[in-house]
Amino acid sequence: MALDRWIALIILGICLAYGYAAWFTMDAGLAPFMRRTPIWPSTFPKLLSIIAIVSCFIIIFNVEKSDLKIGEIDYRRLHEYHLGQAIFLLVLMVAYALCLRPLGFLFSTMAFLILGSAVLGERKVILMVIVAAIATFVVWYLVQEVLGIYLRPLPGFIGG
Amino acid sequence: MLEGLLIGLQTALSIQNLLMVIAGCLIGTFIGMLPGLGPMSIIAIMIPVAISMGDPSAALILLAGVYYGAIFGGSTSSILLNAPGVAGTVASSFDGYPMARQGKAGKALTIAAISSFAGGTIGAILLMIFAPALSSVALLFHSSEYFALMVVGLSAIAAFAGTGQVAKALLMTTLGLIMATVGEGALFNLPRFTMGILDLQSGFGFITLAMAMFALPEALFLVLKKKETATDGGEISDLRISGAEARAIAPVIGRQSLQGFFIGVLPGAGATIASFLGYAVERNIATKAEQDEFGKGSIKGLAAPETANNAACTGSFVPLLTLGIPGSGTTAILLGALIALNVTPGPRLMIDEPQVFWAVIMSMFIGNLVLLILNLPLIPYIAKVLSVPRNFLIPFILFFTLMGAYIGQNNATELLLLVGFGVCATALKFADYPLAPLLIGFILGGMMEDNFARSMQLYDGVAFIWERPMTLGLLIIAVVLVALPSYRARRARLNAAGVADGD
Repeated sequence: MALDRWIALIILGICLAYGYAAWFTMDAGLAPFMRRTPIWPSTFPKLLSIIAIVSCFIIIFNVEKSDLKIGEIDYRRLHEYHLGQAIFLLVLMVAYALCLRPLGFLFSTMAFLILGSAVLGERKVILMVIVAAIATFVVWYLVQEVLGIYLRPLPGFIGG
Repeated sequence: MLEGLLIGLQTALSIQNLLMVIAGCLIGTFIGMLPGLGPMSIIAIMIPVAISMGDPSAALILLAGVYYGAIFGGSTSSILLNAPGVAGTVASSFDGYPMARQGKAGKALTIAAISSFAGGTIGAILLMIFAPALSSVALLFHSSEYFALMVVGLSAIAAFAGTGQVAKALLMTTLGLIMATVGEGALFNLPRFTMGILDLQSGFGFITLAMAMFALPEALFLVLKKKETATDGGEISDLRISGAEARAIAPVIGRQSLQGFFIGVLPGAGATIASFLGYAVERNIATKAEQDEFGKGSIKGLAAPETANNAACTGSFVPLLTLGIPGSGTTAILLGALIALNVTPGPRLMIDEPQVFWAVIMSMFIGNLVLLILNLPLIPYIAKVLSVPRNFLIPFILFFTLMGAYIGQNNATELLLLVGFGVCATALKFADYPLAPLLIGFILGGMMEDNFARSMQLYDGVAFIWERPMTLGLLIIAVVLVALPSYRARRARLNAAGVADGD
């Protein structure tokens, strides 16, 4: 089974759960005055769940008989691409999300930019540090001073 | 109309807004040139900046400038590198790249700039004529017609985006609508499908989703793909074109501005379809000798898609500004930004906020002029961005997507959602699922349910479907739009099977 049909199967699972929630769990707690209206909060989701489930089945059983077109990247030969780098960058993004508040904007961002370039194979350490430092300070200044959105600059224990 | 024009001029010609146009065009050109970053990613990245400006006219002017700049920048990389940054400029590389190979890069860029300028300007004039007319018709619409119109728009998008795989596009649209129902609902403000998670109470962030659907997968694709071919580093010189060449492309520009504009107005058919169709049409009506030139560096073959894609960009603003229904991913993102700025595009826009409407149209003229007289001479320098090493470029793209999502909501959970959705979107992209329908569905979802609920309440049930002929007609069109491509594909397959005989 090709990837697109596997994905349709996963989406079908999500839609079934969604449909179950819409059809069987939402109406019980409805206040009496809401029951008198022709449309309930669950009406639209109920409709959507039916359409979604039907289209999932069309894809899974390949009713349209379409062949999977391979786009820019052939997922079956994913290991031949720079998969490691991509995964590492994703991990780095998650780490950035978790560190942004506790460690402060300046430190997290500089670390993210330097590590990101390093992962991609950059070896000029001094250049990386300079570029990352300039970019971090410029962005922080723009966001904090020009746009007026508060970004904690330093780690909490220093008092940022 | 004259009054409106003057209001628009007054707003658009303020120093701040002029700077916005120029900044938008430059930023758009700059980033649009980078292969792999389309206008949708750029606009998504620029949205937090635009929203925090607080002035809807300025924000829309900035974003529209970015949009034009991105299309223009995309054609630059198509011509110089054969690496289109934007799907809408793929057709420009057919003839633009051969021209650059023949050492006529400067001429090709000039033709691209002039065609874009003409396409954009003629498109803006057409927009000025058609938008007020359409919006006065749209004032007659009730919520049931709006609901039906949105269904038509979404099915047209599904039918066009799916290219033979309507079910996939339909599923993506529905998934977008489903995601829009998460959070506090249209009715009674009841929280729905939040699974008890407090962060989902207000629903998914639209910027987060836009970044996750477009910017992040494109950046990941850049990482995954093997190194791009490097620039030749060739000098761009001789930006002039001769009078004969100008006369040759003039009729092409005239035809393609009109055709591109009307294709752009249709929901789902955007700059990409307009440019390919424009190229095909011009090729078919050219003389035999000129036809052989196509694909080998024909100036007509370059002018056609360039004119058409810019005219289509302008055309796609018609449904956005008059009906409040975006016809493409880019205008969907613009709609999201406008709603965040407390402006609801629709037929009332021209009455309630005329300065927004007319300022945008005026800024289209100014933006096109800026692209022609400011960007064109700068192109040899801007093109240097193409030699920025990938090692530095990619972390910065990722950082700006993260920043965009964070600034919008000021919430670190949003960043985790961004990465999660980004990975899902990349997987969907691998499997050839179209992503734009999902975002359009997500943005239209809330409005669609509102209108649906209102018509249900007015007619005490689904009676509005048959009691209002216009609604019924629109819904039938929607069904036909979805059913027709699959029916035709099925017939084509049956015919093919008949020929192959027992395959």
